[in-house]
Amino acid sequence: MDNPTLLSRIRARFPQAVRSSTEFRGALSIDLHADAYADLVTWLRDEPTLRYDFLENICGVDYLGRTPRFEVVAHLVSMQHLHRVCLKVGLPEHNPTIASLTPLFATANYQERETYDLLGIIFTGHPSLTRILMPDDWIGHPQRKDHPLGDEEVAFTFNQEQIYARKPFARE
Amino acid sequence: MGIEEKAGNLGVVTTSLEYVVNWGRTNAMWPLLFGLACCAIEMMGAQSANYDLSRFGMEINRASPRQADLMIVAGRVSRKMAPVVRRLYDQMSDPKWVVAMGDCAACGGVFNNYAIVQGVDEVVPVDVYVAGCPPRPEALIDGIMMLHEKVMREKISGVKERPITISQPLLQVEVAKKHG
Repeated sequence: MDNPTLLSRIRARFPQAVRSSTEFRGALSIDLHADAYADLVTWLRDEPTLRYDFLENICGVDYLGRTPRFEVVAHLVSMQHLHRVCLKVGLPEHNPTIASLTPLFATANYQERETYDLLGIIFTGHPSLTRILMPDDWIGHPQRKDHPLGDEEVAFTFNQEQIYARKPFARE
Repeated sequence: MGIEEKAGNLGVVTTSLEYVVNWGRTNAMWPLLFGLACCAIEMMGAQSANYDLSRFGMEINRASPRQADLMIVAGRVSRKMAPVVRRLYDQMSDPKWVVAMGDCAACGGVFNNYAIVQGVDEVVPVDVYVAGCPPRPEALIDGIMMLHEKVMREKISGVKERPITISQPLLQVEVAKKHG
C-alpha cells in the first residue's frame, strides 16, 4: 500500500468525502468532511484489501481564529499492509459535533472522553461521554485556547495582604 | 542493682504533664504514607539510611490515616486530588499536624494554572511550610524539627498556637504603600 493508491481508492469510493490532502515526509494526511467520517473509517477497517484495523490515536486540536476552529485527528494503521494514514476533520466553533469511533474501535473510548473533557467536542454515539481527567463538577473545557492560563494572582510582599484576605484558607 | 536503685538515688523528679505529653508526641510522630509528586522522592531519601528520620521516632510511615499523626504533603495537589487529601486529613485522629513540603504544596509553585491547588492550605490547615523545589532531606528534617518545637509549645488543653505574624512590616510593603 502506498499513499497515491490509498488516496485514489478513497476518492473512488467516497467522491465527496475528501476536502484536501497533504503529504509530508511520506506521511499522508487527509482532510475530510464530517458527514463521511464514520462511513469512511468503517470502510477502511473492513475492506479486505485495506484493513486499517488499528486506531493509533484520536485527539482534538483547537485552532483559535481559524474556520473551522476545531479539528479531530485520527491515525489509522494497517498492520497487514504496513501503512499509516492520518484523518483530519474540521469542526465549526458553534457546533463541534462528530460521530464517535467507539463502536468501531474500543480504544477510542477514553481518548474521545479526554477530547470531550478538555476541548468540548461532542462525539455522537459514544456510550458514556463524561469527564475523565477533570473533576465531574468542572465548568468549561480547559485546553481551549481561550481558557485563561493563570489561576490565581501571585502573592508578592507588596500585594500579599489583599490576596491572603480573599484566599479561601482551610479550617481544622 | 537495677533501675530502682538508680531512680532511688535521683529522688523525686517533678515535671509538668504538658511537657511529658508533648515530649511523647514529638518523639513518636508517625507520618502518613503517601507522596504526590517528586518531593516524595526526597521524603523517601529523608527516611533512608543517609538522613535517617528514625532518629526522631519517625521511621514508620503508617499506611492507614487512623494511625498517623503527621501528614507530609509532598508534591503538587491537583484539583481532583484535593477532596481525597482533605478526606485523608479528616480520617486522621487528633492530634494531627500537616507539613506542606515544597513550593507546589506551599503555594502552587511553578504550576499557576487551573489544574493545581494554589497552596494546600486551601484544603488542609498547614503547620509548617518547607520551601524548595524539591527541598533536600535536610530541609525537610529542619521543617520537622520546627514542627517538633511547635508541638512542644502546645498547651495541654489542645489549643494550637496561633500563626506567627510579623509585627514589623517588611521594607517592601512600606515602599509599596508610600508609592500607592
